[in-house]
Amino acid sequence: MFAFEFPEINGILRWKDLFPTFNKIALIAVLAALISIVIFWIAGSRDGRKAPKGVRNFAETTVDFIDNGIVMQTMGKQGLGWTPMLLSLFLFIYLCNLPGIVPGFQMPATARIAIPMSLALFVWVTYIIVGLKHQGLGYFGHLLWPPGVPTALKPLVGLIEFVSTIIVTPFSLTVRLMANMLAGHILLVTFALLTEALVQAETAQFALVPLGILPFGMLVFLTGFEVLVAFLQAYIFTILTAVYISNSSAGHGDEHMTD
Amino acid sequence: MEAFSALAAVVDPADAKNTAAASSAGFAYGLAAIGPGIGIGYLVGKSVEAMARQPEAAGMVRTTMFLGIAFTEALALIGFVVFILLKFA
Repeated sequence: MFAFEFPEINGILRWKDLFPTFNKIALIAVLAALISIVIFWIAGSRDGRKAPKGVRNFAETTVDFIDNGIVMQTMGKQGLGWTPMLLSLFLFIYLCNLPGIVPGFQMPATARIAIPMSLALFVWVTYIIVGLKHQGLGYFGHLLWPPGVPTALKPLVGLIEFVSTIIVTPFSLTVRLMANMLAGHILLVTFALLTEALVQAETAQFALVPLGILPFGMLVFLTGFEVLVAFLQAYIFTILTAVYISNSSAGHGDEHMTD
Repeated sequence: MEAFSALAAVVDPADAKNTAAASSAGFAYGLAAIGPGIGIGYLVGKSVEAMARQPEAAGMVRTTMFLGIAFTEALALIGFVVFILLKFA
């Protein structure tokens, strides 16, 4: 209908190297790490006895959010030692997601599978080590057979539990983050291209050019929505990490959740 | 019959493959979205009900709701990945 070609997937996801082996995705990841380090460095150098303001206020709010919103809800009081790790994870993922809507970047670093996969592998290794540390080699027994499984069912349950904890968990952590950000990115690209195609229409301009307001409105709405998604995905990744760690440190409890 | 043979000559195998990939990609995503759509709707509805009945438990309900959404949504997202693989790979 219009001369409208959707670009190849590589055209919207692959970036030229800024210099060899370092492209925009790597730049965003490095910036995300640097920004969170600098924020907490500045916040840490302020006097803690005075009323917090500015950067320290922001840092304290973030720590408070991780403490009350994530750790206390999933791991309870004994999990508070995990706050620094979960906080770094949360901030890194959030700051990697956010460039999806920042003009000039317009690409969430987590939409490429490398970063979510590395983070999921890190979480995977962490919760297995925590399990081994808390329960010794019996961890693998607890992992495969929750207490109270009849012997006849053990092979089946063992297989299901093995697949769900060892294979599906890191896979779904990766895919959840990556696919969410990729979907958002593709949506933004689609509506931006639609707007462009309508505004630059060659035929029937009197009708098509004003129609361009519709995809543009959707684009504005989706940009706002992406702010929410960026936050929500960082939150969900962090809270799932907390749940997995608390599962493997406490053994098979009632609140056993894997996927 | 001649009309059909003319049609067959026009269809280039690569084109036919692309068409099939595109339509099955659409089906893959559409079908994958049904279950999680129902699931998330049910989940959030029940959570709102719980929060309205017991506002003091809202924080806990909300956390569990997000966990449940994350697990449910994973299925739809795998469908989306299959869509990308069929369409572009």
